[in-house]
Amino acid sequence: MSSLQKNDMTNASRLEHCFTALKQQNRPALVSYLTAGDPDAETSRRLLHGLPEAGVDIIELGMPFSDPMADGPAIQKAALRALENGQTQAKTLEMVRHFREQNSTTPIVLMGYYNPIYCYGVERFLTDAAKAGVDGLIVVDLPPEHDEELCQPAAQHGIDFIRLATPTTDAKRLPKVLANASGFIYYVSVAGVTGGSAPTPERLEGAVNQLREHTPLPIAVGFGIRTAEQAATIGRFSDAVVVGSALVDCIEHASSGEEAVTRVHGLVKELAESVRGCREAQEEHASLPA
Amino acid sequence: MNKPLSLPDANGLFGSFGGRFVAETLMPLILELQDEYTTAKNDPEFQRQLAYFQGDYVGRPSPLYFAERLTEHFGGASIYLKREELNHTGAHKINNCIGQVLLAKQMGKKRIIAETGAGMHGVATATVAARFGLPCVIYMGATDIERQQPNVFRMKLLGAEIVPVTSGTGTLKDAMNEALRDWVTNVDDTFYIIGTVAGPHPYPAMVRDFQAVIGHETRTQMLEKHGRLPDSLIACVGGGSNAMGLFYPFIDDESVHMVGVEAGGKGVNSGLHAASLNGGTPGVLHGNRTYLLQNEDGQIIDAHSISAGLDYPGIGPEHAWLHEQGRVEYVSATDDEALEAFQICCRQEGIIPALETAHALAEVAKRAPTLPREHLMVVNLSGRGDKDMMSVAHHLGDKFGVKNV
Repeated sequence: MSSLQKNDMTNASRLEHCFTALKQQNRPALVSYLTAGDPDAETSRRLLHGLPEAGVDIIELGMPFSDPMADGPAIQKAALRALENGQTQAKTLEMVRHFREQNSTTPIVLMGYYNPIYCYGVERFLTDAAKAGVDGLIVVDLPPEHDEELCQPAAQHGIDFIRLATPTTDAKRLPKVLANASGFIYYVSVAGVTGGSAPTPERLEGAVNQLREHTPLPIAVGFGIRTAEQAATIGRFSDAVVVGSALVDCIEHASSGEEAVTRVHGLVKELAESVRGCREAQEEHASLPA
Repeated sequence: MNKPLSLPDANGLFGSFGGRFVAETLMPLILELQDEYTTAKNDPEFQRQLAYFQGDYVGRPSPLYFAERLTEHFGGASIYLKREELNHTGAHKINNCIGQVLLAKQMGKKRIIAETGAGMHGVATATVAARFGLPCVIYMGATDIERQQPNVFRMKLLGAEIVPVTSGTGTLKDAMNEALRDWVTNVDDTFYIIGTVAGPHPYPAMVRDFQAVIGHETRTQMLEKHGRLPDSLIACVGGGSNAMGLFYPFIDDESVHMVGVEAGGKGVNSGLHAASLNGGTPGVLHGNRTYLLQNEDGQIIDAHSISAGLDYPGIGPEHAWLHEQGRVEYVSATDDEALEAFQICCRQEGIIPALETAHALAEVAKRAPTLPREHLMVVNLSGRGDKDMMSVAHHLGDKFGVKNV
């Protein structure tokens, strides 16, 4: 990364810039999830580098783990494919560094489980991640009770710690969840694992609006969103829509790396188009005579 | 050194081990469970019910039996067997299941889930679920289903649904992943009965407390027999619940030496073992920080053991702490050593132990001969070996003229 780019945009500000810009455009962010190194290093690199052009606003990059307890079958298999092909924490950070050589604006959030970070060494990981150009972290198995492990040290390195709020996060617990949150809030749409059943939009909208009363941070919604139509519906009331398992499935069902890239970027384009138009459609709809 | 009996602290930590490393979805439930458990611990009615079921349903107290022939065979220490294999369902596992199912009822949960390795915890869970009229789903690795057929059948007879887990290596850790996925999906109505002293706080402490009945009885029984405490305690350790249950009431008694025996598989140096303390490093898995079998990148490595119940790449966090404090000595026994001890116990005492338990007996074989007869050694005979007939026949069939299965 050149020092010029580094000066242009620091890690912590990329997310903020992104959400500010999208707010002006009155549309939600499209957040894509892919597992780093899936199905192999080279294909994964091509997948990653093509995401912004295909229409992704924020990139979630999964750090593969052998025991992904919060993930459904699609992302479990993605992690195994990546690990079988030799993916490591160091290689994942290297991918981000390469990406940053060409793209200094699209935020990258690393998502995963604590153990690979813990074994890499928390300080060493945060130093390397900040240097590589990582903007935020989502670590599924680090609730606020363990903020001193990674959340607080991450802040020292200028890396956002994105907190998950879930349908079981009640009013009593919410302040604790929000206390050290930064970047955005990731609302887990259904109690369950990734790639599960789709949430009902009505209940979701209520939950998102309730969250808004307690935090100024942007709110992303994820888990179980697979189609352009779902993304558009949820994008009307959320600040970002996360699609993961549906993209990862494209990789599983592809017979070659080439096909995986075509399929993933194809679905991303569809999703991107859909979220770009979702609020206009709503306004038109609202202005129709009764 | 913190006073051991007061641990874990409010955050579920034993030193740096333990904790609550779970998804946010589970946190409110885990905090509620902690409150419920704290209340139950001091609730005379809960304790009365627990004592009733431990007595009339489980068959406690279990005898502390002087193994005269085993003592003569090894020619050293006086060997006592704490007969947990005589409990209903044939192992120590039910001590914990009875406690947790009572809590589940108290919390109004409508559905029970559990993971199982050898199937003993699965059988104990299916048993209490049947007794309390709750539907029960057991997650079991496909590999383990194959090597523990009798227990699979038992669980089905008891009305449990068995879900084969094929992800990963199809053993205990994968079953636990799958149970956690079920739990996070059905968090409102489901109680997860974890079978060992691992998982997020309060499980390690709660399971230990329910299993501590083993140590409390041992203490009373030994005082009755000899008017003094035992000199050493030996137990096998996978997750470590039978060991923790025996050790815990003696932790403050410095004269009592404690030995935990991990599964050495084909040898700790071979890489094919399940000895997390002797061959692992600290990490975070399944809700707690503890010693794990993992590579340098933090990916979990498969455990190997002849015994399905010890075939787990981690260990309870309190054991990790006791190991670092040096309060408990942790050793390992190989598959072959366990098989040898298994046969000695059958022949000398007429007791067929579980293959898990045979690891503890293997340590007795090494240690007892070096000690005088006045040395009082207690071994936790944690389970019976009926479930292991097929595995043992596979390894020893030729020797007994049994067709290899």
